Amino acid sequence: MDINKKIDIEEILKDIENYRPKHPGRGWTWRDAGAHEYGDFVYYQSGSPLKNSVPLPSARSLQNIDPQPDSVITTEIASGRFEDDIRRMRMAAWHGADHIMVIRTAGQSHFDGLIEGTTQGVGGIPVTRKQVRAQRKALDMIEEEVGRPINYHSYISGVAGPEIAVMFAEEGVNGAHQDPQYNVLYRNINMVRSFVDAAESKKIIQYANIAQIDGAHNANATAKDAWNVMPELLVQHAINSLFSEKIGIKPENILLSTVPPAAAPAPDIRLNLPYAIALRNLFSKYKMRAQMNTKYMDSSTREATVTHVLNLLISRLTSADVQSTITPDEGRNVPWHIYNIEAVDTAKQALIGMDNLKELVNLNLEGDLGKEVRYLKERAILYMEDIIKQGGYFAAVGNAAFIDSGLFPERNGDGIARDPEGGIGADAIFVRDEDYLAPVAAHYGYNNFKQYGVKNHLELIGECTLENADLITFIDELDENDNVHVRMEENKKYRNSNLLKPEVEWLADGIVAVDLFFPTSKNIAQAAALEVGHKMNLEDVEVIHTEILHPAEGTRVQFKGKVPFDIDIDSLVIPVDPEEMSEKEIADFVLDNPVLVVAGTIGEDEHSVGLREIIDIKHGGIEKYGITYEYMGTSVPIEKMVDAAIELNAQAILISTIISHDDIHYRNMKKLVDYATEKGVRDKLVIIVGGTQVTPELALKNGVDAAFGRGTKGIHVATALVKALQEKAGK
Amino acid sequence: MSVQRKEDTFFEDRKHLENLSDQEIHDKFWALTEEIIAPLLDLSEKNTTPSVERSVLLRLGFSSIEAKALVEKVMDHGLMAKGAGHVVYVASKENNVSIKDAGFGLLEDKYWDSVIKYFKGDK
Repeated sequence: MDINKKIDIEEILKDIENYRPKHPGRGWTWRDAGAHEYGDFVYYQSGSPLKNSVPLPSARSLQNIDPQPDSVITTEIASGRFEDDIRRMRMAAWHGADHIMVIRTAGQSHFDGLIEGTTQGVGGIPVTRKQVRAQRKALDMIEEEVGRPINYHSYISGVAGPEIAVMFAEEGVNGAHQDPQYNVLYRNINMVRSFVDAAESKKIIQYANIAQIDGAHNANATAKDAWNVMPELLVQHAINSLFSEKIGIKPENILLSTVPPAAAPAPDIRLNLPYAIALRNLFSKYKMRAQMNTKYMDSSTREATVTHVLNLLISRLTSADVQSTITPDEGRNVPWHIYNIEAVDTAKQALIGMDNLKELVNLNLEGDLGKEVRYLKERAILYMEDIIKQGGYFAAVGNAAFIDSGLFPERNGDGIARDPEGGIGADAIFVRDEDYLAPVAAHYGYNNFKQYGVKNHLELIGECTLENADLITFIDELDENDNVHVRMEENKKYRNSNLLKPEVEWLADGIVAVDLFFPTSKNIAQAAALEVGHKMNLEDVEVIHTEILHPAEGTRVQFKGKVPFDIDIDSLVIPVDPEEMSEKEIADFVLDNPVLVVAGTIGEDEHSVGLREIIDIKHGGIEKYGITYEYMGTSVPIEKMVDAAIELNAQAILISTIISHDDIHYRNMKKLVDYATEKGVRDKLVIIVGGTQVTPELALKNGVDAAFGRGTKGIHVATALVKALQEKAGK
Repeated sequence: MSVQRKEDTFFEDRKHLENLSDQEIHDKFWALTEEIIAPLLDLSEKNTTPSVERSVLLRLGFSSIEAKALVEKVMDHGLMAKGAGHVVYVASKENNVSIKDAGFGLLEDKYWDSVIKYFKGDK
């Protein structure tokens, strides 16, 4: 794949009926966890570098390093259109996600069989063979581009679990949610049916070396006070983990989906840490998939991010084999592209920032923390003793013992009750006869091959699809009006063309978000914001977030809307990246024509970091090429800069300006140019300006020779300087 | 008997656990888990469902649409306890056709007599 070209969805769909995953049966891949060097640092809890990636924004000042933490990082993607999700997957992989989880469309759990084709989903996508195959094909390309295997994941639950498991095994899926308790408690699927289906699904999961994630974390989201369900969470994890292991899944492929149940303003760490420790103590042979809290998420992306960083602190204080991420906008909409990336970056940044934390601090298990850990384990034991006393798991579920909001043995009598004889699929359970036979691989339970004098299906009828993919029957589309080809025809004019539209989730969806402040109360601000949207000619305007800054003084409002127009790329004035001469070319010129630069931050501006990066040899600044400089400091008056240049007989002035309030930075540039002209040195001096808020095109209008904005490096400034000097010499 | 409201009686209830070592707590936790899941494993071993049987037919190379229709026919003929894959195998053996052709035939309501005869008769 060419990194400068968009992934070609049409190409991915071409010949999809014959595509086979590049690494069938690879199963789950962990990162190469250990100590790795990145730039000037060693990271002790890290993985290998990526071949291609986008580092965190501030890496600009750290030689653009992009250290990868040791945990596999998950992002959940499913906008309803799998073809658009593929592009998001590529972006997420570049930011450090290597576990892509696909959320299923509403209602798939109750769909009795496999869904086929590529119909559009709601709150997720219909997970079908064609969709899975297309995304696996895309990920096979993307993982080569970033240089790290990508684990592809979805759900094996509902009333078609075993069939989905077979399809996943055939199509090279690497991870899956599988937990019969989820079906029972949240989907009201008959319990016997759920466990029988689960056993078959787990056998297939084992065969395909798929990593399994359980569903216990849903109890947090459902119970009224999430932290009170901790004893039950331990029990739910235990039931699914041991059930899976007994069926044959390797303990290292059994992942516990664990969410810190509480979130600030509750005393987050104090409530969550004992639970996290108790869990990791009891389940030491299994793996931890640390998920972030969604239960207490509102529409503030800032607040959600802080909660998630506290969750990451728990991960680093304990452990996280897989670090999952929740997009900070999940409290307001189906996640947008940018928030998947933000969430992945949040995890990467926090985990790397807390590298080796456990070596630096000791958890005080002698005090209350240790006592809490022990009490939680005991409460879980009491919980299980109670299940047995009630007559076992089914009876306990029947009595509404689960998802009660009391801290066991406290009970609030508000648990979810399910009838062991009822629920979906209750009438379709069959006891296997003595001569029952299933002549295939990866089948769980009683299977009478003996009646035919053979040991397995291979001896009886030969290979099945799990051994021979040529036997798989591919179904393309069943709905001629609702499929990817129809959708792509509709937005065709935006694909590989000169037309652009803003986008949050689907190609050319046209959605933009506006963030503003009104000096008024909340309800007025909301109404006013909608009016702003209408006056901006946006369509479908909707407030997505409000935050009171003061009941009377003001409200922050964020709203979204759709732009009704296209942007034609051909009509744009496109900024060009700064020119770069070779290092040798610059150094050779400076050797023959010594260059002295007077540098400083002007106006009343105390920032100096950016400028130091441009001039210091240590940061790859212009000094590296033999250019000498006189550093004048910060808040330097304009006049002083020019006077110093005259006195030192300098060739150039280099100024930095950060503060942009009321365009002061541009006005100062003009003042500098005017003063140099007044002093009669404008023609002699090269004047270069820079700063994070500087737009080069605008700065140049103030008469400077060159201007630089965010992301500039020493070589850009050196190039501009040398070019300007060459030009002056040529005149 | 539905679970009723109840105070937190943890400190009375834990008396039998209080003096156990951390290792004993760990072992007790897993012994209880084992006890709870034993009947669940047992019923998974002995039962089957439409989804399990459809998944068997998928592995035999049938499409999801064919698998669904076939399992419905197997249920209609009261043969789920034999296994849907077994039914197809018997149809193939008794009629000397391939597994796939046996399945297609059963979908067209052919071969059922031979299958029923086979399962009713002495093998």
